[in-house]
Amino acid sequence: MNAAEQKPSPDGTRRPEAVQNGIGPNSSRPNRSGPIIRVQGLTMGFGSMVIMEDLNFTVQSGEIFVILGGSGSGKSTLLKHMIGLYPPMAGQILIEDIDMSRAEGTERETLLKRVGVSYQMGALFGSMTLLENVRLPLEVHTMLPLAAMNAIARAKLQLVGLGAFSDFMPAEISGGMQKRAAIARAMALDPAVLFLDEPSAGLDPITSAELDQLIQRLAASLGMTLVIVTHELESIFAIADRVIMLDKETRSIVAEGDPRQLRDTADHPWVRRFLRRGVIEDQSA
Amino acid sequence: MDKTNLSASAALQYRAAPGPPPRLLFIGRMDAHGIGPLWAPVLARAEQLIQAAQVAEAEAPSGAEPLNAGEPPAGGRVLHLDLSAVEYCDGAGAALLHRLMQLAEGRGVTLRLQGMTEGIAGHLRPYREAESVVPARSPQAVPWTQRLRRGVAAVGHEIHVQVAFIGEYSLAVASALWNPRQVRWGDTFRVAEAAGFQALPIVSLIAFLLGVILAFQSAIAMRQFGAEIFVADLVSISLLRELAPLMMAILLAGRTGAAFAAEIGTMKVNEEINALSTMGLDPVRFLVVPKILAGIFVAPLLTLYANLIGLFGAALVMRGFGIPMVTFFNQVSGAVDLSDLGTGLFKAAVFGLLVSSVGCLRGLQTGNGAEAVGRATTSAVVSAIILIVVADGLFAVLFFQLGI
Repeated sequence: MNAAEQKPSPDGTRRPEAVQNGIGPNSSRPNRSGPIIRVQGLTMGFGSMVIMEDLNFTVQSGEIFVILGGSGSGKSTLLKHMIGLYPPMAGQILIEDIDMSRAEGTERETLLKRVGVSYQMGALFGSMTLLENVRLPLEVHTMLPLAAMNAIARAKLQLVGLGAFSDFMPAEISGGMQKRAAIARAMALDPAVLFLDEPSAGLDPITSAELDQLIQRLAASLGMTLVIVTHELESIFAIADRVIMLDKETRSIVAEGDPRQLRDTADHPWVRRFLRRGVIEDQSA
Repeated sequence: MDKTNLSASAALQYRAAPGPPPRLLFIGRMDAHGIGPLWAPVLARAEQLIQAAQVAEAEAPSGAEPLNAGEPPAGGRVLHLDLSAVEYCDGAGAALLHRLMQLAEGRGVTLRLQGMTEGIAGHLRPYREAESVVPARSPQAVPWTQRLRRGVAAVGHEIHVQVAFIGEYSLAVASALWNPRQVRWGDTFRVAEAAGFQALPIVSLIAFLLGVILAFQSAIAMRQFGAEIFVADLVSISLLRELAPLMMAILLAGRTGAAFAAEIGTMKVNEEINALSTMGLDPVRFLVVPKILAGIFVAPLLTLYANLIGLFGAALVMRGFGIPMVTFFNQVSGAVDLSDLGTGLFKAAVFGLLVSSVGCLRGLQTGNGAEAVGRATTSAVVSAIILIVVADGLFAVLFFQLGI
């Protein structure tokens, strides 16, 4: 990762320190202007199988929002509903007051420009260089000249620490680098909301920490809203402003709020256990 | 004013004042939508202003900040960029600002910005950092002689690999047939069903049309000599010895060889082949042998079926020329013997071996990613067709020498 990522954010705060001081990690972040995503009465599933029922939550503009849950609880499925890949069985998902699942034509195109998605496996196009991968959304959605698109793509790659690898093919770089390149591609159009599906899964601790810093920087200095599906507790406590936790038994959200508070005070024992990495509380204490 | 407010919707405008001091003012949203049509005009206007700046010495207005970090204060050439009226600036806006900075720096003109915010600075930072990035790999020009040498070597290597592969796999199949209990017969029959039975509709269509076209074209010429009846000889010998095995092999290459390459290639990409190896299972025995056996069994059966359908199509055409079906088939039975049928079926079996082998080879040679699977599939079909044609030529010479 580049040297700039080691620096404090432009507003002079270091978010992990803010957390240590008991200050919310986003307390210094600007641009909070109400909910940007509203999920209302969402029921999702496939065929006759219902995965989650009647989900209701909002994502505030500029926050880092994390979706948690056990394996197979439907986290990634929820993410795919939120980005409009799967139609809901009931309810709606409003992004900037537009229903993603029902938007069509120009409205849908406008909405697609406002969201960026990074998939679990990166999903880079193998026949294109990293630069071409990142440039692709700009070619599709803008009328910028090639030089401008290349400059933007290089800057995005630089932002994720891959500035020197713009001419590489995806197959020539590591899995962690592919994930970062996928994030660069997701950011190409400077979306209002960035969806990241398991961004740090399979990465070494250093790369994972660098990715956390990048996510914080995106939210702090660029004002992006981030919706993240992850299992990495360390990341969650370092970056998340708010989490929701899905439970596949009750097919509902069992906890919502600041992860640090939930770890200590959540009503649901399973939530506390999850956030303490499975450590069972001493009942006699 | 919050310049990173995403809800603002004003389009981008710019105004240029020649000064002194020369000034470029942006109003509205500096996003990709606004920047796109203005990119070239803004840069052209900035060129003019920079030229104007080269003759003007201006005082920086209060609040202006030197943008070119580390540079001394402007001596005499200054261009002011006013961002005070910018409502929103994203990466595209920063790209334009950065280009303007490069333009000014290149001409020795100091750029001063008014209304710079943390948001804009955040977007600009990676552009500045990217300037000093050294590519991890610089493209090197390779002389044409070296490219030619590499190309020839690659072709030689490819031929070597294919010959070695076919030899190796023929041995694997022979070994499997020697020890039939080692063969995964369930997989073999499943593949044979997909490659053979499920191909019957397309085989029927092609073979029927082949017989019809062959009979019709030759009958027109033969009729001039009153020799229509010999169309039966021509069609039957052509079909049995040459055309049916060849067409079925090409069909098998397009349909089944490609499928083998895609299936094994995808397994390679998903590391399933590695998983087989680490579990102690030989990928050749587990994956390749059933496919090759299926190819060897299915190709002659399809050829036999194609022979029948092709002859039926030819008989139908000849009926139109006044030759009854019984007469046609009597003529056929006199024109061909078992050696014609046998050579055709033997060739088909060899073609089946070649098609399925090269399909599996290309699958196992697949690199990384979806594109590699596509390349493997294409290569499987092309290689199979080349091998079929070459083998067919060799068979022609061989059968001639043997007098078959």
